Amino acid sequence: MTNPTPPLIHVQGLHKRYASKPILKGVQLAIGEGEVVALLGANGAGKSTLLRIIAGLMKADRGEITLGGVSMQNAGAELRRYVGLVSHAPLLYEHLSGLENLTFFAGLYDLQNSGARIEAVLQAVDLWRRRNDLVRAYSRGMQQRLAIARAILHDPPILLLDEPDTGLDLPSAHMLQSMLGHLSDNRRAILFSTHNLERAANWANSVAILTGGTITQYASPAMIDQDVWQGLQAVPRGKP
Amino acid sequence: MSVSLPPAASSAPISSPDAGLNPVQALALSPVTMRTGRSFGRYWQHVWRMMAKDLRIELRAKEIIVVMVAFSALAVIIFGLAFDLRVPRPTMVVPGVLWGVLLFSGILGLNRSFSAELDHQTLTALLLAPIDRSVLYLGKFLANLLFMVIMAAILLPMLLFIFDVNLFQFWILLALLLGIIGYVGVGTLFAALTATIRARESMLPILLLPVMVPVFMAGIKITEQVLDGRNWANFQNWFGMLVAFDLIFLTVAFLVFDLIWEDV
Repeated sequence: MTNPTPPLIHVQGLHKRYASKPILKGVQLAIGEGEVVALLGANGAGKSTLLRIIAGLMKADRGEITLGGVSMQNAGAELRRYVGLVSHAPLLYEHLSGLENLTFFAGLYDLQNSGARIEAVLQAVDLWRRRNDLVRAYSRGMQQRLAIARAILHDPPILLLDEPDTGLDLPSAHMLQSMLGHLSDNRRAILFSTHNLERAANWANSVAILTGGTITQYASPAMIDQDVWQGLQAVPRGKP
Repeated sequence: MSVSLPPAASSAPISSPDAGLNPVQALALSPVTMRTGRSFGRYWQHVWRMMAKDLRIELRAKEIIVVMVAFSALAVIIFGLAFDLRVPRPTMVVPGVLWGVLLFSGILGLNRSFSAELDHQTLTALLLAPIDRSVLYLGKFLANLLFMVIMAAILLPMLLFIFDVNLFQFWILLALLLGIIGYVGVGTLFAALTATIRARESMLPILLLPVMVPVFMAGIKITEQVLDGRNWANFQNWFGMLVAFDLIFLTVAFLVFDLIWEDV
């Protein structure tokens, strides 16, 4: 029996060049509700580019992306409500407090009853007690937790995380894993890039490997070839 | 397009110990409802939020106004020293000093308006929000306009003190307001255009100042003629130029702003 609902993220034949260098060469990817997919690849493989194109921050040269069945080409600003992005940079205002940051973004997303939602996400990332401190006074781990709070504030059905574990201490990484576990319910698609193979295997129910501008393997962590795992482990950072 | 996210499954307070859930579990039950679609009122609410955010950050960081005011104070003092012994009447140089200082100090503020968003990568978060990108332009425009008006309000007494020329005259103030509107309108667009360029500090004045020649000329002419005691008939054409510049360039900037952010 076929699934009548379209994948939440559907990428078809995606191409992207930087200057004359092709980065993505026909990427195909379909992620449905309830799936957590780890995107693996060497530095420079195009993981961040792919995530930024899906988030609507970059235009692809060719190819099509549909989010929840809606083509990004034809969609306006409203489609951005579907997407939350966590980057390795926190994307927060350092001169505003945690609470002020979230209140500002809640306003941009037109959240109703935003006070209760902000309290809920700040409680979830364990920053409620520090809500009135300026973000510049937060540690790296706290900033990244607040970044996650910002990304899930509007409860997006599509969550993109670009190396969210970069610079996180162990408790923050555990908290992130716990949050991903709770967020990966059957109405959400989560796509995250990471260099940490152990986290990819533990957090995701599928792994997509981006090599040479295309997805060369897309399967559950257990089904990925051992050679590929070892190959990814052996690639030194900065030398794709 | 409508976006519907699941409604609340529980009305229990999130932080309530009675809920029996840890905060992460409780999050899943936290209600999220969003107003979707467009409305005029909501559009201007977003513009207001964008502007208020910039003002609040400036009040704390003091990265824009303090720099602009310090630069203009130094420039006025230097011009004062340079012209004091060489010019028979200060009214001969004050119009040029006023508009020159205004343009150059304004560049400092305009440069920061988008580069600060890029330095902290907050621009990405703004571009992810489901708002029309013209909201970003108008919010920045209004914040920059306020910074420039504050700077001009400090600059005029400085000129009075150094050159002993009173510029607090209705037509001069009106010309300043119109000139600043046009300058900030184009400057905000160009600041966004150059924000992602590595040499943005030098690129912005190179691109912006030639475009500002009509404003600069009209401003100087109006200031000169008002200080010379001429009436409205003598400088009304220059006002016409300022108004036309503002209307044309604000409209163009508003319309093309969305095209800048294809790749960030």
